[in-house]
Amino acid sequence: MVTYRAIGSLSRFSAFRILRSQGYIRRNFTGSFALLTRTHINYGVKGDVILHSEFTEVMNEIWASDQIRSAILISPKPGCFIVGADINILATCKTPQEVTQIPQEAQRTSEKLEKSIKPVVTAITTKDRKTVFGAPEVLLGILPGAGGTQRLPKMVGVPAAFDMMLTARNMRADRAKKMGLVDQLVVSLGPGLKLPEEWTIKYLEEVKISPKRNKGLVGKLTAYAMTIPFVRQQIYKKRTKGLYPTPLKIIDVVKTGIEQGSDAGYLSESQKFGELAMTKESKALMGLYHGQVLCKKNTSGAPQKDVKHLAIPGAGMMGAGIAQVSVDKGRKTILKDATLTGLVFKGLNDKVEKKALTSFERDSIFSNLTGKLDYQDMVMDAVFEDLSFKHRVLKGVEAVIPDHYVFASNTSPLPISEIAAVSKRPEKVIGRHYFSPADKMQLLEMITTEKTSKDTSASTVAIGLKQGKVIIVVKDGPGFYTTRCLAPMMSEVIRILQEGVDPKKLDSLTTSLGLPVGAATLVDEVGVDVAKHVAKDLGKAFGERFGGRKSGEGFSIYQETSLKMPPKSEVSSDEDIQFRLLTRFVNEAVTCLQEGILATPAEGDIGAVFGLSFPPCLGGPFCFVDLYEAQKIVDRLKKHEAAYGKEFTPSQLLADHTNSPNKKFHQ
Amino acid sequence: MTTILTYPFKNLPTASKWALRFSVQTKTKKTLAKPNIRNVVVVDGVRTPFLLSGTSYKDLMPHDLARAALTGLLHRTSVPKEVVDYIIFGTVIQEVKTSNVAREAALGAGFSDKTPAHTVTMACISANQAMTTGVGLIASGQCDVIVAGGVELMSDVPIRHSRKMRKLMLDLNKAKSMGQRLSLISKFRFNFLAPELPAVSEFSTSETMGHSADRLAAAFAVSRLEQDEYALRSHSLAKKAQDEGLLSDVVPFKVPGKDTVTKDNGIRPSSLEQMAKLKPAFIKPYGTVTAANSSFLTDGASAMLIMAEEKALAMGYKPKAYLRDFMYVSQDPKDQLLLGPTYATPKVLEKAGLTMNDIDAFEFHEAFSGQILANFKAMDSDWFAENYMGRKTKVGLPPLEKFNNWGGSLSLGHPFGATGCRLVMAAANRLQKEGGQYGLVAACAAGGQGHAMIVEAYPK
Repeated sequence: MVTYRAIGSLSRFSAFRILRSQGYIRRNFTGSFALLTRTHINYGVKGDVILHSEFTEVMNEIWASDQIRSAILISPKPGCFIVGADINILATCKTPQEVTQIPQEAQRTSEKLEKSIKPVVTAITTKDRKTVFGAPEVLLGILPGAGGTQRLPKMVGVPAAFDMMLTARNMRADRAKKMGLVDQLVVSLGPGLKLPEEWTIKYLEEVKISPKRNKGLVGKLTAYAMTIPFVRQQIYKKRTKGLYPTPLKIIDVVKTGIEQGSDAGYLSESQKFGELAMTKESKALMGLYHGQVLCKKNTSGAPQKDVKHLAIPGAGMMGAGIAQVSVDKGRKTILKDATLTGLVFKGLNDKVEKKALTSFERDSIFSNLTGKLDYQDMVMDAVFEDLSFKHRVLKGVEAVIPDHYVFASNTSPLPISEIAAVSKRPEKVIGRHYFSPADKMQLLEMITTEKTSKDTSASTVAIGLKQGKVIIVVKDGPGFYTTRCLAPMMSEVIRILQEGVDPKKLDSLTTSLGLPVGAATLVDEVGVDVAKHVAKDLGKAFGERFGGRKSGEGFSIYQETSLKMPPKSEVSSDEDIQFRLLTRFVNEAVTCLQEGILATPAEGDIGAVFGLSFPPCLGGPFCFVDLYEAQKIVDRLKKHEAAYGKEFTPSQLLADHTNSPNKKFHQ
Repeated sequence: MTTILTYPFKNLPTASKWALRFSVQTKTKKTLAKPNIRNVVVVDGVRTPFLLSGTSYKDLMPHDLARAALTGLLHRTSVPKEVVDYIIFGTVIQEVKTSNVAREAALGAGFSDKTPAHTVTMACISANQAMTTGVGLIASGQCDVIVAGGVELMSDVPIRHSRKMRKLMLDLNKAKSMGQRLSLISKFRFNFLAPELPAVSEFSTSETMGHSADRLAAAFAVSRLEQDEYALRSHSLAKKAQDEGLLSDVVPFKVPGKDTVTKDNGIRPSSLEQMAKLKPAFIKPYGTVTAANSSFLTDGASAMLIMAEEKALAMGYKPKAYLRDFMYVSQDPKDQLLLGPTYATPKVLEKAGLTMNDIDAFEFHEAFSGQILANFKAMDSDWFAENYMGRKTKVGLPPLEKFNNWGGSLSLGHPFGATGCRLVMAAANRLQKEGGQYGLVAACAAGGQGHAMIVEAYPK
């Protein structure tokens, strides 16, 4: 059975999928009265149904009973469905052989479901348009292990199945229906004799379900095309790029199933599942998953006052981006610069064109946005990154707003405590660092100062979560966490370029590490002027480790381009160049943890991956240290230190880890 | 009260028992007349026969039908044309050539060209809006004599060229040189020719009304059988009323080039077995709303003469009824699209200071059996009243013996823009015929809106 992910708790659409085997006969559902003919399996939302012996027991009972003619799998809790297997089980396994057992058991259960002589219907209640169908296993570095690789291609065709399994693309209910993943959609009920959510579930149990129709013409044609070996090869070939081992294995398994039959496919699926679960990449990705779950929670507790109105003074893309993610979630938002509302509208309209919203929904979301200055519960400034200007805004705002407001300043280089210095109520000042473009990047870095109150932090996190962000909370300091880690890596990029490495080569070296954008391109995108600005600030704060280097004035030299540096041959191999970039990043991240800027290594990993596109296959700087071993990293650092000096001095915490090899950031 | 008691009952086998019972019961209020506010009366009202769309009216235009209703009203009431101060018509799907259909129809019907006319639209309660606009004009002293009505011709709807084609054609209009024209024409693609039909679905939710009605019925656990039974009741009562000549508001209409139409043609009492055979029309395959338990697409027009009471009396008329308090409501267009009557009924009763027991004749618009029954269940549910209407107790059920006794939109038909006047005339005529003082008219409309109005019988 394909693993479905159902998120949320309210329902709008519901989807049906009928599990059936060949020669299966439809029973009449309408004539059934209550439990005699159909049964309702309540499963817990947590845990792994497919492996659960209780589930198997109930199913066995259903199959054995003369009275039960059909069954419907449905969660009694609105908006929920089985959320796959518990990935923590995998963490307890030591060898691939051990892991292989797990999918085999799941395969047996779902195969029994598939071959069931009694109809089993799966009903999934969904929330608005948010509930999605997909095979997200690839994001964890594993493959859909309960027969998904074998069954999905048969249901939706090989190309669509590859699309789902290799890219983890999510399908909304209507799309899932169109591609044949679900058989029927039921629009949920509104208010009636009971709460809509409860009543919809009862309704789902009662409605008549029509069996799936045969594949359409396109489906038949693709199915036919797949019988031609040449076409098959083309389809397999198209999808074999990348750093991760998972996509290749998924293709392998699907191929085995198609060419050698399901039994071989199942066997291959479970074996490959075992192998994959033990890879470093998979461990790194699972670590990230856990971190992400953690960063989606409000650790500062519930805010005293729910923020309903948000004001955003400040111009530019960032202000518009923040406004968009805020109105999207139904919050009344005020944008000072009225011309910017057009940008927000455009962002929403793009969603309409992608059919993620209807034009009516766009209009009603957009009505939450006002283009004038009238401060409310929270002010989130996105004005130009200049301290005196920020001070002016802060003072101006404080003069007109009531006491309960929160002033959240959006900045990447300016220390929040300096911004807060002119505030009458420093406990209400907090920093937010959104990543551009704000409506697409998932990370939000929140910066608290010594004086920031817990409630301020709680209500800002609450807003961020409602904006759909993954949040890390860090202490104030130059560059906070993300900018501070990025800066040394960037200055290393400059040095590498100065040493005469071709930017294109540097790009390919860094993308092969797993960065989505090459390092040289990244410098271009950030803008050398911005980078210089940031580097100067950080250089002032951290001295030799950052800014002024022997050769002169850091970034400014790049602009002059006349100053080339001779490469040092002992540290200029391809691998060395990759490691120079990585280790400077990692070393700075560890220093942040050591200095208390970061509260936990998990947040450090999430910040690096979601905010700075640190290669996800490495799992973030801390996960990387764990998997690659601290000793090896320190060795590398020392080698670079010998060549370049203090920038590469290993941090104390890293050194501690080398001294006791059992010490890990993620236990 | 005595007038009611002395009224002959012989024509009213179903209602007489109740009329008798309630006639001895005293009303909460003797009348709804308010000090310092002019009384508004309905002198009379007529309608063309309501026909299934695509039948005898199919070659007409909407203003032809509206004109027929207006001339019918002139004949029925013999009102001098120049006395009419203002004409208001409701319509939903507008014929683009006659967007102010009220004016075109009035001119064609021979009304004075000095009488202004305007057209209103509010989905299925457009005629209600026309009437209440008239009530407002009279009550505020702006007018004394108003003609209000409505028209809908579903046999012909404006089907447009696609937006791309329209744009191309408009641009071509502006093009000056042959070169410009040719370059525009070169942009033409065959898919531009795909026509655009008038929307059948709710604009805000993209859901068709039938789909919404089906979900509503399910939300209130209304079964298919209940819906079929209710539809059968509507058709049977309409048939009976037609046979007994109770539908006195219908005026014959000589269709140009065709026969004279004298009666509604959508009344088709069937059997429950026959109805059970139909497949769901909107939610397939498990829905409960079918063609047999929904109102059908209808052509028809209605018109009513409304006056200030003193004016009517001065002109020697014997009015049929007063138009009293009314109320418009609106709610969630997705999940409560058709619950207007449930929300509007208690509000208008409270506003008038009446209770459900005071009402002798209920005339509700029947969009779908499922919608009427869902409204019943909502009105009968304490839980719904508490959680969604902000009331402590349920609204209460209208007694079925007093409910749509002469058929309803399910059987008589439902020309969107014209139904409101039919409801009021049915209530007024029933009060006259069956006895009783107060009638309640209620209707739901697309957009999640609703309307209710109290009609008070004019004392004999």
